[in-house]
Amino acid sequence: MLFTIFAILTLAGAVAAISLRNLVHSVLALTLAFAGLAAVYLLLGAQFIGLAQILVYIGAVAILIVFAILLIREAEPASPSMVVSSWVGSVVAVLVIFGTMAWAIERSAITQRATGSQAEASMQQIGNALMLRFALPLEIIGLLLTAALIGAVTIALREKGEGR
Amino acid sequence: MTPLTSCLLLSALLFVIGLAGALIRRNAIVVLIGIELMLNAANLNFIAFWRYGPNSEALTGMMFVIFSIAVAAAEAAVGLALIISLYRHIKTANIDEVVSMSG
Repeated sequence: MLFTIFAILTLAGAVAAISLRNLVHSVLALTLAFAGLAAVYLLLGAQFIGLAQILVYIGAVAILIVFAILLIREAEPASPSMVVSSWVGSVVAVLVIFGTMAWAIERSAITQRATGSQAEASMQQIGNALMLRFALPLEIIGLLLTAALIGAVTIALREKGEGR
Repeated sequence: MTPLTSCLLLSALLFVIGLAGALIRRNAIVVLIGIELMLNAANLNFIAFWRYGPNSEALTGMMFVIFSIAVAAAEAAVGLALIISLYRHIKTANIDEVVSMSG
């Protein structure tokens, strides 16, 4: 029951995020979708992932998108049309992809023999796994984040010889 | 409907909504929002299979989601920097008007 409520909340937020005309509103709807998804993670017993979702997506990614919108000052769209010129083909492709995925999920044997095991992950288990078995991927992710942040600053920096 | 099926269906719907946003809308920022939604749908799949699959004590799906969230944060930072840089050069965030590299 709770799952249904949060699923509807997430889907409504996602649909509003991609269909609203005002970009700031659409980012607010996006945070709603992220929050609904975090609640779904908490229901599924993944407390750490749910809280990380709130911290990273709502706290960082959504705020970053708001900053970008304010920087490029296009909260009020000037053009009358919001969709690209070739949208009919895109809609058909999207519907075909969803049909294929839903068909595969319905037919799959995995969903029938899924165990009802009470999977739990304490913070200690997660820390042990991150520090022992997944230590190398953790270091690589740290390197990737550093490189991405330096790259983002370099790309967004004002170039030489460009007027104010 | 088993719980795993409903999780997978929610994830498929979320992915399709994100894909529609990325393919249909003209604004580059909405395209980025669609990509974030698709990444979240993939994360939900990992968590669902971790929760309802065998060997959940190995925490593999959970670790994958942690790394995926980190990569998504890096991707959002670089993507928004690209959009800002693009806007500074050609004064638009409309992907229909960015045609200087098309054949």
